[in-house]
Amino acid sequence: MEIVLSAAIGVLAASGAWLLMRPRSFQVIVGLCLLSYAVNLFIFAMGRLTVGAPAIMPKRGFVNPDAYADPIPQALVLTAIVISFATTALFLVVMIAARGFTGSDHVDGQERAP
Amino acid sequence: MTPAPEHLVIAPILIPFFAGALMLLYGDDRQRKARLILSFGSAIALLLVALGLLGRASQSPAAEGGAMGFYLLGDWASPFGIVLVLDRLSAMMLLLLAVLALPALTYSLAGWQRQGTHFHALFQFLLMGLNGAFLTGDLFNLFVFFEVLLAASYGLLLHGSGAFRVGAGLHYIAVNLTASLMFLIGVSLIYGVTGTLNMAHLAGLIPTLSEADRPLLHAGAAILALAFLVKAGMWPLSFWLPTAYSAGAPPVAAIFAVMTKVGVYAVLRLSMLMFGPGAGPSLGVGAEVLIAGGMLTMLFGLLGVLGTQALGRMAGHLVLVSSGTVLAVIGFTLAGGGNAMLAGGLYYLVASTLASSALFLLIEPLSREDGDIAAMLALTADAYGIADPLEDEDAATGLAIPGSLATLAVGFGGCLLVLAGMPPLAGFVGKLAILSGLLSGGGLSVPQDWAWTFLALLLLSGLATLIGLVRVGVQVFWTSDLAAQKIWALEVGPPAALLLLAAAMTVRSEDVLGYMDATSRALHSPPVYTTGVSLAPRVTDGAEATE
Repeated sequence: MEIVLSAAIGVLAASGAWLLMRPRSFQVIVGLCLLSYAVNLFIFAMGRLTVGAPAIMPKRGFVNPDAYADPIPQALVLTAIVISFATTALFLVVMIAARGFTGSDHVDGQERAP
Repeated sequence: MTPAPEHLVIAPILIPFFAGALMLLYGDDRQRKARLILSFGSAIALLLVALGLLGRASQSPAAEGGAMGFYLLGDWASPFGIVLVLDRLSAMMLLLLAVLALPALTYSLAGWQRQGTHFHALFQFLLMGLNGAFLTGDLFNLFVFFEVLLAASYGLLLHGSGAFRVGAGLHYIAVNLTASLMFLIGVSLIYGVTGTLNMAHLAGLIPTLSEADRPLLHAGAAILALAFLVKAGMWPLSFWLPTAYSAGAPPVAAIFAVMTKVGVYAVLRLSMLMFGPGAGPSLGVGAEVLIAGGMLTMLFGLLGVLGTQALGRMAGHLVLVSSGTVLAVIGFTLAGGGNAMLAGGLYYLVASTLASSALFLLIEPLSREDGDIAAMLALTADAYGIADPLEDEDAATGLAIPGSLATLAVGFGGCLLVLAGMPPLAGFVGKLAILSGLLSGGGLSVPQDWAWTFLALLLLSGLATLIGLVRVGVQVFWTSDLAAQKIWALEVGPPAALLLLAAAMTVRSEDVLGYMDATSRALHSPPVYTTGVSLAPRVTDGAEATE
């Protein structure tokens, strides 16, 4: 399971980073999305991988922490998803505005001279 | 019940939050007055609260954590819940921000606030994010406040619109979104290694880490630092900064002058806690990177100052010089540079922030072509279909300053003196304190050559600032006929107030340096912070005891 997850994170991060360097604004925003997926999976993995373990412990009595998943990374991922969703939406708006102003979807607003 | 003063610690976050949220209810253009009242009420309240908190923080003897303020959110016990921490450093940054906010708002009255509906609300949210970042003692909470301030800054940078701003904003947002992802990777890596997000708890755990985990922690800290250094504008992460800062509207750029300092603050706070004295085998990690990066930033900034023609970009490069200097000072401190140097660095940080903020406010009156803000505003109002040019007439009423050229020249000269570090103003005192700290404090863990290089760069950057600004000054004041233009009290008052503060810092430099010295000593003893946070009393503890 570890190797699958780490490979997934690696592929997402690598393709995200590559797209981020591209000159089209659409590629940049897709790259940012992929990177944020990679980061979210990474945060999740930092709570160690468990199968079938609940994250919420019962209220009273002794509980064995080994039988439960770490709830903090899950809470962090939730926050990170919400924030990156909102900022990506905002970025999209700015991109559309830039497209309107410059008439080009190049990130610099004009094509590089060949 | 806790007495009310306890809750003052969270006021710098709540005041702008509620002010900003309330302002959204007054979104209509006719309710401009309500927004103004809220905005200024909040800024003045913030200033008073920051003064109160500073007074409280400076009561404590530097070696004791007794009077440090702690605020357990939701009354969760310390390592588990989020804690706000008020110490000398955060109180100083709160006051610096409050002092910058009021002039920037006043300046915006001269016309900029009318360029978009939500200027004041965004401004308040920016203040909330900055205050929160200065106060929080929790890594993930720091991320959340960074996002709050960044989201507000995206909106503010675009304020006034136009192709140039939107283009610069696009780059700014892309860079900062990527930096935020780095932030998340760093935080989660640190959490994965140590199992805590609380900065104080983290600092306590670092000496006890196993050797296998240590490289991972260092990698996490490095990635985290990358996110802060993008904000602080360390070379080579700083190419976005001059463009973004020169694209921002003047009041926005003036408050952005403190945005680089929030990165510097986070680097200082975390590196002193995690890798400062008492860190065991991790002592001084990253010092070389900070020194080298800071010096390269200074070099880049000073070349930029010499190479640019436009005053806006030049001011952006001056911001780089200032943050590079402070970063290098932090690096030297981590490498064992001693108290005096860090104290000088903090003094320089405050002085240069005040002056660069004032310079950003002066740029527009200096470079105005047609000499009248009303004309310019009417033009933009036309272009964007804002249909109340008549109401805008009262925008530019108020006092027109006689002898505009002389007034502007004096203000410009003041900025120049502080930024270049010439006597008699505050920049000189700061640089002198840094240099004397550097020369007297032996025991650096880096080669002595680095210290000499830094000394040379510090002097050179002063010289470059002087040459660059004098060149602009000659062009503006002596070779063009600016005499005919009018400037308004609302535009000159704010930078003048900032410069007067810098002058006051010079006059009272002994007191200010004393405060900085105590701050620096407190930063050199992380146990004060750590034990203070872990012993922070819960409200319910007392109640349970009496039951």
